[in-house]
Amino acid sequence: MSVAQTLGKQPTAADAADAAVTLSASRPSLARRTKNRIASGAVVCAVALAAIPLALVIWAALTRGIERLDLALFTNSMWGVVGQGGGLLHALVGTLLVTGATALIAIPLGLAAAIYLTEYGGQRKLAGITRRAVDIMVSIPSIVAGLAAYALFSLLLGPGTRSGLAGAVALAMIMIPVVVRSSEEVLRLVPGDLREAGLALGSPRWRVIRKIVLPTALPGLTAGAVLGVARIIGETAPLLLVAGFTDAMNYNLAEGRMATLPVFIYTQWSSKGLDTAAYDQRAWAGALVLMAVVVVLQLAARALPPQIAKLRRNR
Amino acid sequence: MTATVPTSITTTTTPAGAASPAGAALAASETLTLAAEPPGPPGAVGSMSITDVSCYYGSHLAVADVSLEIPGRAVTAFIGPSGCGKSTLLRAINRMHEVIPGARAEGSIELDGVDLCAKEVDPVAVRSKVGMVFQKPNPFPAMSIKDNVLAGLIIRGQRPRASAADELVERCLERAHLWDEVKDRLKKSGDSLSGGQQQRLCIARAIAVQPDVVLMDEPCSALDPISTLAIEELMRDLARDYTVVVVTHNMAQANRISDVTAFFSLASAGQPGRLVESGPTGQIFSAPKVAATRDYIEGRFG
Repeated sequence: MSVAQTLGKQPTAADAADAAVTLSASRPSLARRTKNRIASGAVVCAVALAAIPLALVIWAALTRGIERLDLALFTNSMWGVVGQGGGLLHALVGTLLVTGATALIAIPLGLAAAIYLTEYGGQRKLAGITRRAVDIMVSIPSIVAGLAAYALFSLLLGPGTRSGLAGAVALAMIMIPVVVRSSEEVLRLVPGDLREAGLALGSPRWRVIRKIVLPTALPGLTAGAVLGVARIIGETAPLLLVAGFTDAMNYNLAEGRMATLPVFIYTQWSSKGLDTAAYDQRAWAGALVLMAVVVVLQLAARALPPQIAKLRRNR
Repeated sequence: MTATVPTSITTTTTPAGAASPAGAALAASETLTLAAEPPGPPGAVGSMSITDVSCYYGSHLAVADVSLEIPGRAVTAFIGPSGCGKSTLLRAINRMHEVIPGARAEGSIELDGVDLCAKEVDPVAVRSKVGMVFQKPNPFPAMSIKDNVLAGLIIRGQRPRASAADELVERCLERAHLWDEVKDRLKKSGDSLSGGQQQRLCIARAIAVQPDVVLMDEPCSALDPISTLAIEELMRDLARDYTVVVVTHNMAQANRISDVTAFFSLASAGQPGRLVESGPTGQIFSAPKVAATRDYIEGRFG
């Protein structure tokens, strides 16, 4: 259609003729082509620049971490190790336990809040307050979450209490808003039609949510939860504060200090013994393992949601 | 759906017999048992009387003072220009308007003598007696074709056992004229079907919970002419066992399929919709009493 039409004027014969002329000579001018090339080049450069740090981090962790990526790393703790040898089994177990406990706290609470916001809250006052609270929680510095958990457990169980569970509570404060946000977005993608169809079959709303809305959104909810886990698995500061550090195995979340991978990396680097090379190698190997765990989680989250992609298309 | 059907009725032990295809004698005998169950006038089979119904969205009056008799086991068509409140009234019949915040209805809608609008009546129970099919086909994407048919029971946590489920699925899909097309892929997602097939699946889903009434809100407006024809045939067929109320913008469709036609209109935009006239479809289309009806039907309006 002619330009005149898109501008809302009545097209005339002259306009049509103009359009025909510009079309026949429609090769972009030299100036425009040059500008286009410069702009494209600048964008590509910016992308490359942003990717350089990522490449460097991966390169550094790979080349330095690979030296200690041996079986002993995954079968030993640091108990009684002062020089070469030792491993991060205690930290790996700690990370899995603390992260698992965090997920168990944060996913049900976050999902419940998201269900309230999408299915029941509407324009209610409580929904507005909840949304604002989630916005604020997202921006809480992680060290503050750690301090809050530290204070809570000190009040409940005596001053200076440190445990994996306290770490999980601190991390849950960081993860809950992430889960709420991602779950809310995914639940909103479930078409209202489906809720109406479920209600029209003569069933109460909560059953429609349980049997229709949640199963339809499940892949997206899972992806959101996995991304939330990936977000907190590398947290160091709050764990340093409330889970503490130990060289020994600790399988008990409720009692005693518990090592985790990020804190392991930090302590290997910050409090080296005489054989500094051994500590550095262990720190890099720990970094490599942690990054591998995060990458696996991210890939898993990406592999899951074809069904949600379909919902997006159909909207 | 011919000679085999009456025998299948005796084997299906469904209460109220709402889903049983009719043989005249059989229908009569079942009517008696049915009438004993709900406290209604004898012989009532899904007939409804709408009395002084007004629907509001917040303070906005959308439909005003509608009184209308809807005959049982027949097709009633609601026609009228956009915004005249025919869909709103339809949703009020199974209280789906309550899903929309701020929407409410006044007046009474009696189904076999029971007021569906009464406060003490549970909307969830109303909807299991009065099913609904929507404008856009909406099978549940997370469920197989089979589970979609069973969805009403699954959602309520009443999934039947395997053999009973298979029987129910086959019966409802047969009833929705879909069985032959999907019997080899019941485990597949409902998404894999065409639009017309999806809509028939939604009809099978609606009748699987054995309603007395099936409401249809422009069920063909998203479909091509061939699928539309299939749904129209199905609506005629359904009317042997269910009370069918259909909202349509398609005059020819209303004329083809309905026994009774109700014409709604509104004075101007923002005014409430009102029932202009209703009556046997033949009479409404050939000799309407009100000039506005004739103008609308002949395309001189809206």
